[in-house]
Amino acid sequence: MLAHYLQLGLRSLRRNPMLTALMVMAIGFGVAASMITWSVFRVVSGNPIPDKSEALYTALIDNRGPQYNNAGNEPPEALDYDEAVALIRARKAAHQTLFYNIGLSVMPEGSHDLPLNASGYATNTDFFNMFEVPFQYGGAWTAADDDARAAVAIISSDLNNKLFGGANSVGREVTFDQHTYRIIGVTGHWDPKPRYFDVFAGMTYAEPPDVYIPFTRAIDLKIDTSGRNNCGGAPVHIESAEAWLHRQCAWIPVWVELSTKADAQRYLDFLTAYAAEQQRAGHFNWPPNVRLRSVMNWLDFEHVVPPESRISLFVSVGFFVICMVNTIGLLLAKFMRRSAEIGVRRALGATRREVYEQFLMEAATVGLAGGMLGLILTAIGMQGVSLLFEPEIARLAHLDFSLLVMAIGVAVLAALIAAFYPSWRAAQVQPAWQLKSN
Amino acid sequence: MLKMTHLSKVYRTEVVETYALRDFNIDVKEGEFVAVTGPSGSGKTTFLTIAGLLETFTGGTYHLDNLDVSNLDDNARSKIRNEKIGFIFQAFNLIPDLNVFDNVEVPLRYRGMKALERKERIMGALDRVGLASRAKHYPAELSGGQQQRVAIARALAGSPRLLLADEPTGNLDTQMARGVMELLEEIHRDGATIVMVTHDPELAARAQRNVHIIDGQVVDLAEDPRFHSAYVAAAGQVRG
Repeated sequence: MLAHYLQLGLRSLRRNPMLTALMVMAIGFGVAASMITWSVFRVVSGNPIPDKSEALYTALIDNRGPQYNNAGNEPPEALDYDEAVALIRARKAAHQTLFYNIGLSVMPEGSHDLPLNASGYATNTDFFNMFEVPFQYGGAWTAADDDARAAVAIISSDLNNKLFGGANSVGREVTFDQHTYRIIGVTGHWDPKPRYFDVFAGMTYAEPPDVYIPFTRAIDLKIDTSGRNNCGGAPVHIESAEAWLHRQCAWIPVWVELSTKADAQRYLDFLTAYAAEQQRAGHFNWPPNVRLRSVMNWLDFEHVVPPESRISLFVSVGFFVICMVNTIGLLLAKFMRRSAEIGVRRALGATRREVYEQFLMEAATVGLAGGMLGLILTAIGMQGVSLLFEPEIARLAHLDFSLLVMAIGVAVLAALIAAFYPSWRAAQVQPAWQLKSN
Repeated sequence: MLKMTHLSKVYRTEVVETYALRDFNIDVKEGEFVAVTGPSGSGKTTFLTIAGLLETFTGGTYHLDNLDVSNLDDNARSKIRNEKIGFIFQAFNLIPDLNVFDNVEVPLRYRGMKALERKERIMGALDRVGLASRAKHYPAELSGGQQQRVAIARALAGSPRLLLADEPTGNLDTQMARGVMELLEEIHRDGATIVMVTHDPELAARAQRNVHIIDGQVVDLAEDPRFHSAYVAAAGQVRG
């Protein structure tokens, strides 16, 4: 019977074409506005690593004193070299990684090609496992490579395409800033959004990284950070390589993997003990001030979701609600104009429930048509997202299969909700009165 | 087949009570063709809608096919309407978006009948009213008489025990009206029970029995002293 109602619903789209068109447009525009803003909001507010977000933490230590801290005596959002290396060497977590941003020039094979710029990270072996970096070829380097300061590199599939035409380049050599590295792995497509582990350097919505080299190797080569170097206004004197390395600035994020809440508490105790030890040793002249923030806690703390994204979502949902209120009125008008038909159907044996179901299905077909129009408008609207958002945010908006299903689903669901009252009114039509009035 | 005893229907507002039917008694036997006549506002259509379970009544009892239908819920009333009663309306009441075949199919759909059986019944009913060749036409493409024939086919397709007709020829010219009336007589000869409301004394005279409703009550025109002289005069006109 539902299939029959669906058939009647499709047929009824042709009835009162003006009313139908108004309803389809109301739903279509409402859906499109909501889907466009949602497509941005879901990326910026989503959990970038759902299966591990409760197990990954960034470790923060106040290494400069309260006078340089953020509001609320919050410690800096990254560590200096000494603290970062000390935490990694302590090995108090199941996995721990540190990194900093690097920008290198890459010399392609063949003398005719111009050098390329490649951005990425100087990090350690745990980075790849902790952040679930997929590999197209090869894999991560080992802890032994870290210790040996090995000249190995991992490149992205994108860079691999540019340098080697997409072939398996593991074992081949590549030149970064006139230093030769052996390629040990090629990552698959990997672009977590937001890039939770690198909020500090402002790379939250940046293009995916191209290259990774061992942290120890980068330090040996004195490759400076291309990311943020927050000295918080403290005086910095860099007269030597040693002074450069040990400057008291925040530039190296440290992340640890802790499976349970108990592990996290133990690690926090360790951080506190470490800071207390530094205070006793005279390195810190302030009481321990440490933080351990999980992924979602960190994103929330950093206010990663752009305010315009949230506001535009609220506005578009509000617009959708207004469209739905209009749709209720239009459906009511459409259905009540058919009181005579309802009377006939009731006289011929339709129960109220059957009338209700029939009209709900008719509304669903209107929703389906509205969803289709909404999809077209969403696709068009995606081209104009840059008018609302910064380019790096706007590029995140795209129409994928899940959004397509969602647009249709939301349209049909909204039409069904809008039809509850009009369909109920239709089901209450008294057949006797309708037939008498004819 | 249809028995109403001391039945009443009262429309109440805050200030007034209006009796549409009062102490209404009627007994229609199976296979009868009864014409119900009466002036406008006498309660004919109210009687028909109550008989067709389209409306509830205020007092009295109503047995349809030996079943007391006084206290049935909406679903049960819908089921009885669907299975036991066929309606023919003055305004045909075909659904304009549906073609002839689909219009006749409506009550069968609500009965949950299989597609093959539906098709057989629909084509059988359309064949009986002489419109099998118009199955794919829409109501707007048919004459008034043809539309009423489709409505009759729709009423017949479900093989109802009782056919209720409300001014079935009221919207038709004389020739079409004659055709529809002949069809109803043929259906009656085949064994159907028909209750027909009409203003037209000529049509009423073609029924087996006439029931007159005045002020919401069934009256015997020949016996009731209030109407005796008028009845004799009218009967003379019809005979003449």
